[in-house]
Amino acid sequence: MSIQVRIPTILRSHTGGAKVVEGSGDTLDALLSDLDNRHAGLRARLVTADGNLHRFVNVYVNDEDVRFLGALDAKVSDGDTVTILPAVAGGAFGFAAVAALRRPVAG
Amino acid sequence: MARYDNLLEACGSTPLVGLPRLSPAVPRGAPPVRLWAKLEDRNPTGSVKDRPALFMVREAERAGRLRPGSTILEPTSGNTGISLAMVAKLRGYRLVCVMPENVSSERVQLLRMYGAEIIFSPAAGGSNQAVATAKQIAADHPDWVMLYQYGNDANARAHYETTGPELLHDLPTITHFVAGLGTTGTLMGTGRYLREKVEGIEIIAAEPRYGELVYGLRNIDEGYVPELYDPGVLTRRFSVSTRDAVLRTRQLVEVEGIFAGFSTGAILHAALAVAHQAVRDGRPADIAFLVCDGGWKYLSTGAYEGTLADAERALDGQLWA
Repeated sequence: MSIQVRIPTILRSHTGGAKVVEGSGDTLDALLSDLDNRHAGLRARLVTADGNLHRFVNVYVNDEDVRFLGALDAKVSDGDTVTILPAVAGGAFGFAAVAALRRPVAG
Repeated sequence: MARYDNLLEACGSTPLVGLPRLSPAVPRGAPPVRLWAKLEDRNPTGSVKDRPALFMVREAERAGRLRPGSTILEPTSGNTGISLAMVAKLRGYRLVCVMPENVSSERVQLLRMYGAEIIFSPAAGGSNQAVATAKQIAADHPDWVMLYQYGNDANARAHYETTGPELLHDLPTITHFVAGLGTTGTLMGTGRYLREKVEGIEIIAAEPRYGELVYGLRNIDEGYVPELYDPGVLTRRFSVSTRDAVLRTRQLVEVEGIFAGFSTGAILHAALAVAHQAVRDGRPADIAFLVCDGGWKYLSTGAYEGTLADAERALDGQLWA
């Protein structure tokens, strides 16, 4: 058993293109450090120099925002799913067509 | 009261209805856990956005930014645009909406029917491009008024002054409030009001988790958090998948007869999660959640029938909330 971590498109340059990677740790902090051993640079994209989650990064443990579960101290355990997403504003545009949202994606 | 001098006066005071069949069963002798739906589709244009639209226009009038014949400019093709178009028509303003050129024809028809003018931005740029285009147009027309719902305090205040007091009046025993997180105005305004009045109340956000295309940013720094957002108002925040939102939207109409849009399904999913937790904890709970709009505008997606996998595919890459 391990923790599944879903990686957004813009961070897959660190995971060799993998959408889902696996890691271990008791807290989100430990999990991200563990992941960084195999996916170099990933942690630095998510955690700022002063040790906080990047303002435009949202991380969810089993669909719940970690900022309300202790942020980097949030507890994680085997079998959990962690989802990383960039912060975007939803809701304003209703049903914009798919093509409107397609744009060149680097990294 | 059910008689009003005009349509604008009929905004708000929406019904709060119990959901006896969707509320989880509790063991014999255990305290009740009840779900309540606030039917915001009963507003004049059929969505919760009538409240902030009316408040933002009134605030701009008070501040002298809007005068008879003024032009309002807003980057939107969603419910806010439809609400603003109705308010602008009745208050004597011109409304110009900026939206990507490939939004659904229902949206364009609805906005035009309410009298809005539409400026299309290039499809390839998506909603970011529409906002950029709107800002450019605003710079060229300094006399036009952009209300900008993401950063307009009157958006949150609409809920602080109406949605919150209505909920507390109709459900004095409220323990949880659950709503969607978009501009964050609903949760900030209602949440602040209820936190002031009800000790220990939980304010829970449900945000849609879209298909990958929607998150097609080039880098993290292109992300965006609405200016109105203060995480200190919330106690929990759930990310809800398209599949779960569709499942709950269908369940709501099948079990309780409430025909809602998919953002409401996402909210119900979070409300059920906290309801089941209250049952496990043996605690009484009166959980109120928002029905943002009816399902009519989303029928053309086809996501109300067929398998969940089909519905998920139909909504993939769309901003469904």
